[in-house]
Amino acid sequence: MAEIPTQYGIILAAILFSLGIAGILIRRNIFFILIFVEVMLNAAGLAFVVAAARWGQADGQVMFIFILATAAAEVAIGLGLLLRLHHLFKTLNVDQASDLRG
Amino acid sequence: MIVAFYVAAGVAVLSTFLVILQTNAIHALLYTILSLLSVAIVFFSLGAPLVAALEVIVYAGAIMVLFVFVVMVLNLSPETEGVDRAWLQPRTWTGPVILTLILIGELVYILMTRAGLTLEGAAIGPKQVSLALYGPYLLGVELASILLLAGLVGAYHLGRDALD
Repeated sequence: MAEIPTQYGIILAAILFSLGIAGILIRRNIFFILIFVEVMLNAAGLAFVVAAARWGQADGQVMFIFILATAAAEVAIGLGLLLRLHHLFKTLNVDQASDLRG
Repeated sequence: MIVAFYVAAGVAVLSTFLVILQTNAIHALLYTILSLLSVAIVFFSLGAPLVAALEVIVYAGAIMVLFVFVVMVLNLSPETEGVDRAWLQPRTWTGPVILTLILIGELVYILMTRAGLTLEGAAIGPKQVSLALYGPYLLGVELASILLLAGLVGAYHLGRDALD
């Protein structure tokens, strides 16, 4: 592990993050959008762990654990909202939920 | 160890790219789990065995399983094939893909023009992470538990009468 340049780890995190963004822009199904949000959070955590390995500290791994807890809570709420969307509109296409109606 | 890093990085990028092209929900989930497992191998090659194990157990093992449960509950697979196939036409994805490639190229350029830094030292194991978690970052641990409690209450309230 001593010969992996730090840039390659950060570049991997950047590529995964960009793929997550592209996925969110391309797909219109809320289920796939939630999957790509998880991909983006994982990429951000990878950047933290790479930075921690570069400096030899545990702080980046601690930050990854917090990101993990945040992603778990956010997935629970997001999937609950997905269930509500399916219940109301009978579809998972986010373009159907285009009216702000109180 | 270096070969493991590059191979796992390639598999992660390829499988994440393949998630975008899937129309079946379960297939997309399988490629996502593959991407998460290869990122766990990347963590292990960087000398972070604790977060590698946590990635497999929590991310690929709990969060993705939650997605699988939703697919099972809502019977998602036949429905998703029709909705997104129209959106996978070339004139739809050309714009986002070009902008994403510009983003990636820009990030790679910025990162490659800096001075080379190599990863050094031994692996940072569970003991160091635990000492950091229950030392300086104790407040963060308590806040994370409050966040999970809020997520629990919210998920229960949102999902209570949404199934019929």
